[in-house]
Amino acid sequence: MAREPITPEQGRRYWLKTSRLMWTVLAAWAFLSILLPMLASSLNAIPFLGLRFGYYMAAQGSLVGFVVIIFWYARRQNSIDEEFHVDED
Amino acid sequence: MLRGDFNQSMGRVFVIYTGGCAACASLLIALSLLGVPDRAIGIGFVALTVGFYAVMGLLSRTTQLGDYYVAGRHVPALYNGMATAADTLSAASFIGMAGAIYAAGFDGLAFVLGWTGGFILVAVLLAPYLRKFGQYTVPDFLACRYGGNAARLMGIVVLLSASFAYVVGQIYGTGIIASRYLGVDFSLAVFVGLAGILLCSLLGGMRALIWTQVAQCVIVLIAYILPAVLLSTKATGIPLPQLVYGEAMQRVAELQSHLGVAADALAPTDAVDRVNFIGLTLCLMLGIASMPHLLSRFFTTPSVREARLSVAWTLLFIFLLFSTAPAYAAFAKLEVYQHVLGQPLAALPAWVNEWSRAGMLTVSGGGGPLRPADFALDPDAVVLAAPEIAGLPFFVAGLVAAGALAAALSSADGLLLSIANAVSHDVYYRMLAPKAGPRQRLLVARTVMVVVAGLAAWVASTRPAGILTVVGWGFSLAASGLFSALVLGVWWKRATKAGAVLGMVAGWSVCLGYILATQTHAIEPLWGVRNIAAGIFGIPVSMLATVLASLLTPAPSQDMQDFIDSIRMPRGHVRLAAGAPAEE
Repeated sequence: MAREPITPEQGRRYWLKTSRLMWTVLAAWAFLSILLPMLASSLNAIPFLGLRFGYYMAAQGSLVGFVVIIFWYARRQNSIDEEFHVDED
Repeated sequence: MLRGDFNQSMGRVFVIYTGGCAACASLLIALSLLGVPDRAIGIGFVALTVGFYAVMGLLSRTTQLGDYYVAGRHVPALYNGMATAADTLSAASFIGMAGAIYAAGFDGLAFVLGWTGGFILVAVLLAPYLRKFGQYTVPDFLACRYGGNAARLMGIVVLLSASFAYVVGQIYGTGIIASRYLGVDFSLAVFVGLAGILLCSLLGGMRALIWTQVAQCVIVLIAYILPAVLLSTKATGIPLPQLVYGEAMQRVAELQSHLGVAADALAPTDAVDRVNFIGLTLCLMLGIASMPHLLSRFFTTPSVREARLSVAWTLLFIFLLFSTAPAYAAFAKLEVYQHVLGQPLAALPAWVNEWSRAGMLTVSGGGGPLRPADFALDPDAVVLAAPEIAGLPFFVAGLVAAGALAAALSSADGLLLSIANAVSHDVYYRMLAPKAGPRQRLLVARTVMVVVAGLAAWVASTRPAGILTVVGWGFSLAASGLFSALVLGVWWKRATKAGAVLGMVAGWSVCLGYILATQTHAIEPLWGVRNIAAGIFGIPVSMLATVLASLLTPAPSQDMQDFIDSIRMPRGHVRLAAGAPAEE
């Protein structure tokens, strides 16, 4: 079944929404990989699983966060593709 | 046997691989229990690992060009993710990472954080768009986006330098293993490792690589997690190392205060050095998103949708190993404090001699009880030696060695393939001899592999620095050279050829210059930044140069803007701008 061609307006709105998702993900990424290690000294005051929280986040917590974010992103972006009918034929 | 369509033969391939590996391992474990000497078991693990991959490469070898480069584009997300994980799980992460945490504590976590977080950048900023673009290599993308061979050539220069540093690290790792388990001198052992790597690389292209790497991913994970589980069970009675290693760290701290030494960096601690920690983490993250041999992996999925998922699977698999590394380091340290320190030298078992002979361990002091300062274990030996230090059965050490070898071989294969492709496809075919046939190009590719690997082995034999440092240079170089050009190429239509080329040249030169100047002690490190994080200078320089030079030159043509629009959307054809090289 042939599909409607993509209009420039549709393309523009698609890219806007895609960019917004990109910035959201990058903000979460920067929080886990830059902000938390910078605050590690203060966070270490909190004990966690026999470790200190600052150490725990860099060793394991942020990694779990990355995995969750990346699967969430893949689902979210795929549904944006469908919403704007720009998913693959 | 393994030639048919990937989807049809996939299940069978997987069973053959994992079944074959399990059979090999059980055979050696049985022999070990029957009393065959440790030395023979060690050699057996190493020889069987290399032999097994070589046979698999042979069975799935290919001479069809599409197959050779991108595995015919039929690799489903899960399997592509596993193969890419095997690419990422290199000698550096398997052998080096836990050792770095063992030696430097919190600072060592920069590797854990950097090599996982980088995949977020790959998934969001690059992978789907490179897949949509769909041509063979990263330099191809640069050439199409920035119109012409200047961008392609600079891309190749960065690719070659970064991949070369990475290969040196892998060969260094195989050298340590060969030296320990075959009992030869390190400078000879690297060439033994080289032979193993070449044997596997030369037998097939990307398709063979993907199939062996799926198996290597499984082996690497088992070989890393199993000993950690055993160490954890031995120390705490609970087989969940990732959850209970806090207890091991507390016991290390107690033993340290008991022995009267300062609680060292492995004890829960602050970032000792914030600039280097954040700097290194960023270099590794942006480096992951710029490593051509990893990015080229996402050209091989059947669709853009699968490319996104494929990055997610990659991250999940490497997460399994990376989250175990800090635990591995903690249990290894606990074993050293419990079973080695405080013992007289004469009471220590044979592994002390073996590791000393391999040049990875220095034990000093008189006949009295060993003090912490007397026992200098090279960080690169921690993972491999931990099972022996803990007194686990020898086949566990053999399994770890086989896993480390698989990690080094899989990464080295991927890197050498990427280097060979860059020279045979991008330089030879695209720039020098456009009429060259497939056979000639494969011949060029294989010659390049042998020469580059030989050179890398020679560099490794001089022991320029530890594995992690050498590999870290590669990541800094890749990030400084390629990150701006790739990311702005997709996300900023205004980026021009002049901007991209200048950015790549400037970033890469600054980074390489800093590494060479500090390594040869020509200059003191600026603000104490170690040269492993040299990208912290290169990346901003490259970004600034790209943006400024782009704004000073005319905007890209409408054709080029249409091309960018077409790769941003999963649907529709890629509209190449005029002057771009035609697809094959």
